[in-house]
Amino acid sequence: MTLAELVLGVMFVGLIAYGLFGGADFGAGIWDLLAGGTRRGARQRDLIEHSIGPVWEANHVWLIFVLVVLWTAFSGAFAAVVTTLYIPLTLAAFGMIARGAAFAFRKSITTLPMRRFLGAGFALSSLVTPYFLGAVVGGVASGRVPPGIAEGDVIRSWINPTSVLGGVMAILVCAYLAAVFLCGDARREGAEDLAGEFRVRALGTAAVTGIAGLGGLFVLRSDAPSLWDGLTGRAAPVIALSVVSGVVAVVCLALKRYAGARVASSLAVTAILVGWAVAQYPYILVPDLTIEEAATGRATLQAMLLALAVGAVILVPALVYLYVLFQRSPTGSPRQAVPSEATGTGIH
Amino acid sequence: MEPFQLVADAAENLYPARMQMALSLGWHIIFSCFGIAFPVFTVFAEWRGHRRGNAALTDLAHTWAKAMGVLFAAGAVSGTLLSFEMGILWPGLMGRFGEVYGFPFVLEGYAFFIEAIFVGIYLFGWNRMSPRAHMLSALPMIISGAAGAFFVVAANAWMNNPTGFRLDAEGRVADAEPWAAMFSPSTWPQTVHMLLAAYMVTGFTIASVYAIGMLRGRRDRRHHYGLLIPLTFAAIFTPVQIGVGDWIANVVAEQQPAKLAAMEGLYETEDRVPLSLGGLYYDDELHYAIEIPFGLSLLIHHDINGVVVGMEDIPVDERPPVNVVHIAYNVMVGVGSALLLLAFLFGWTWWRRRRLPKSSWFLRAVAVSGVGAIVALEAGWITTEVGRQPWIVYGILRTADAVSPAPGLFLGFYAVVAIYLALTALTVFVLRRLAHHHDTPAPQEVDAAPPDEHTGELAVR
Repeated sequence: MTLAELVLGVMFVGLIAYGLFGGADFGAGIWDLLAGGTRRGARQRDLIEHSIGPVWEANHVWLIFVLVVLWTAFSGAFAAVVTTLYIPLTLAAFGMIARGAAFAFRKSITTLPMRRFLGAGFALSSLVTPYFLGAVVGGVASGRVPPGIAEGDVIRSWINPTSVLGGVMAILVCAYLAAVFLCGDARREGAEDLAGEFRVRALGTAAVTGIAGLGGLFVLRSDAPSLWDGLTGRAAPVIALSVVSGVVAVVCLALKRYAGARVASSLAVTAILVGWAVAQYPYILVPDLTIEEAATGRATLQAMLLALAVGAVILVPALVYLYVLFQRSPTGSPRQAVPSEATGTGIH
Repeated sequence: MEPFQLVADAAENLYPARMQMALSLGWHIIFSCFGIAFPVFTVFAEWRGHRRGNAALTDLAHTWAKAMGVLFAAGAVSGTLLSFEMGILWPGLMGRFGEVYGFPFVLEGYAFFIEAIFVGIYLFGWNRMSPRAHMLSALPMIISGAAGAFFVVAANAWMNNPTGFRLDAEGRVADAEPWAAMFSPSTWPQTVHMLLAAYMVTGFTIASVYAIGMLRGRRDRRHHYGLLIPLTFAAIFTPVQIGVGDWIANVVAEQQPAKLAAMEGLYETEDRVPLSLGGLYYDDELHYAIEIPFGLSLLIHHDINGVVVGMEDIPVDERPPVNVVHIAYNVMVGVGSALLLLAFLFGWTWWRRRRLPKSSWFLRAVAVSGVGAIVALEAGWITTEVGRQPWIVYGILRTADAVSPAPGLFLGFYAVVAIYLALTALTVFVLRRLAHHHDTPAPQEVDAAPPDEHTGELAVR
C-alpha cells in the first residue's frame, strides 16, 4: 500500500463513519417526517430527539474531515469534483444548514406553528441532503467528473441514472440504519412498543433497500459499465459480505436481537461503501486519474498521516466517552433543578 | 454544449463569489468568537459559583452554557457551508495550493471535532457529573477552541504571506512543506490578534446584554455578575490588543506594503509620514484627512525619519481598493480606542472603589460596546481581506484566476443571502427566548422540558 492509498484509506474510514453515524442521523430525520400527526407521532419524535440530540454535531464533523483530507491530499481531484458537482454539493450544504438549525432551535421554541415549521424543515432536509450526497457519489462513481476545474457537465454529472440510484440508495440506507438504531434506543428507554414499531420499519426498509440495491446493479451495467465490472468482479466478495450481513441483520431483527442487528446492519452498509472503493480502484476519477497521479507531495502526505494518527489518539477516546455517556443514561433527568432558577430574572 | 449557459466565463462569477464568501465568513467569524471565549467565561462563572456556594452565579453559568450551545450550533452549521465554499467557489486556490496550506484545515477539523464533542458533554453533564469533573470537561472545549482559531488563522496568514513551497518552471507547486506553510511570518501576530478580538467581542457583547437589563432597572446580583465577569475579561484584553495591533502593523508593513499603503491611504513613498485619520482617497491622494505629524513613520519604524512605501510604488493592477481598506482600518482603530477608554474607566473605578462606575452613561456605553466590538471585528477582517486584493495568494495567485468558471455559480450568492437572513433571525429569536426563560433547553441538551402547558402538542414537528 502506498502512502497516497493509506491517506485515502483513512479518508474513507471517515466517509464510512459519516455514512453510519451521519446516515443514521439523516434517517432519524426521515422517520421524524413519517411519524404521523402532531399527537400520534409525539413519542416517536421524542425518542428521535433523545437519540440524536447530543451527538449530531459531532457526527456531522466526519464530512468536514473527509473534505479537508481530500483537498489537502488530493487537491486537484477535489477541485474537479466540487466544481463539476457544485450544484448538488451546494444544495446538500444548504440542506445541512437547514437541518442543523431547525433541529437545534426547535426545542428552544414553544409556539406550535413555528415548531411545526422548524420540524418540517428538519425532516425535509433530512430527506433531500442524503439524496444529493448520494447523487454526488453516483456522478463520481460513473466517471462523469473529468479532471480539471469545472470540466464536466454541471447538470448531467448528477442528473443521470447512476446518480439517481445513488441518491435513492442513500435515502434508503439512512432510513434503514436509523430504524435499526432506534430499535435499540427505544428498548434502552424502556419503550418496547416503540421498539416494535421501528422494528417493523427496519424490516420494511431492509427489504426495499435490498431489492433496490440488487436491481440497481443492472442500472449500473448499462450506465456505468466500469463500475459494474468492478462490483461484479474484484469487489464481488465485498458485495457478497454486504448481502450476508444484511440477511443476518434481518434475522437479528426478527429475533429482536437489536444489538446484533446494529452490528450486522452497520457491516452491511460499510461493505457497500468499501465495495464501491474496491470497484473503482485504482482510479480516483474514473477513467482518467489514478490515486497515485492525483496525490499531492510526499511531505504533505506524511504530515497528514502523522496528524491523522495523533489526532485519532485524542479523538477516539473522546468520541467513545461521548457515546458511552449518552447511551448509559439517555433519559435520566438532572439530579436536581438549579435552586435559584426561579429567582433569576430575565435579561430583557 | 451546456444545457443551460448562464454565464460564459469566470469573470461574471467573481463578484458574486467574493460577496458570498464575504457574507459566509463575516457571519461565521462572529460565532467563532463566541466558540473561543464563551466557554472560558462560563466555566469561570461556574467555578466561582461553586467555590463560593453562590447560587446566582451558578444559575448565570447555566444560562450562559445554554446560550453557548445555541451559538455553537449556529457556528457549526455556518462553518460547514464554508468548507464547501472553499472548493466550490475557489478551485483555483484549493486545487493548486491545497497541498501547501490545506494541512491546518485538517488539524482544525480535529479541533472542531473535539470542541463539538465536549460542548455536548458539558451541556449534558450539567448536574449529572460531579462539579469538578464537569468543570474539567470544559477544558478540552477551551483548548480546542483556541487551537481551532490558530489553525484557521494560520491558513489565512499563509494567503497573506505564502511560504513553504516553490513554483516550478510551469508555475506548478513543488516541494510543498505544510509545516513551514503553517508558520508563515503573519501566523503568530494574526492569531494573537484574532484570539484577543474573540475575547473582546464575547466580553463586550455579553456585558452589553446585562447593561441593557440594568438600564431597565434590573439591578440584581445576576445582572451584576453578568456584566462584571465578561467586562473584566474584555477590559484586561483590550489594552493588550492595542499592543498587538502595533506588532501586526509592523509585519504588514514589512510583508505587504500595498496593504499598509491602502490602510493609510498613502500615495507617495516618503519619510516623516503623518498618520492619516478618515478622509477620502481619489486622484492618487487622500483628501480631508486629519493628519498626525510623523505618526505613521513613528508607528512603523519607531523613528520619524522612517520611509514608508506608498501606492505609487505598487503596479496599478496590483493595488487594493484604497477607500474600503482605509475606512475599514480607521473604523477598527477608532472603535478599538473607544473600547480602550471604556476599559480604562471601568478598570480605574474598580481598582479605586471596588464598584462599577455609577453613571448611567457608563451602562449606556457598555450597552453599545457589544455592537461596537463586532463592528471593529468585521472592520479589521475587511482590512486584512480586501487589503490583500487583487491577490488571493499574495503576489502569486489573483482572486480572479482562482474563482470557479462553472456556469450558474453566481446564483448561489442569492441563496446564501436568504439562508443567512433566516439563520440570523432564528438565532436572535432563540437567544432572546433564552434571556426571558432560563429553562429553555440548549440544542445539545436531551431533557427538553415541556416548554408550555399544551403538553399534548409538544413534540410536534
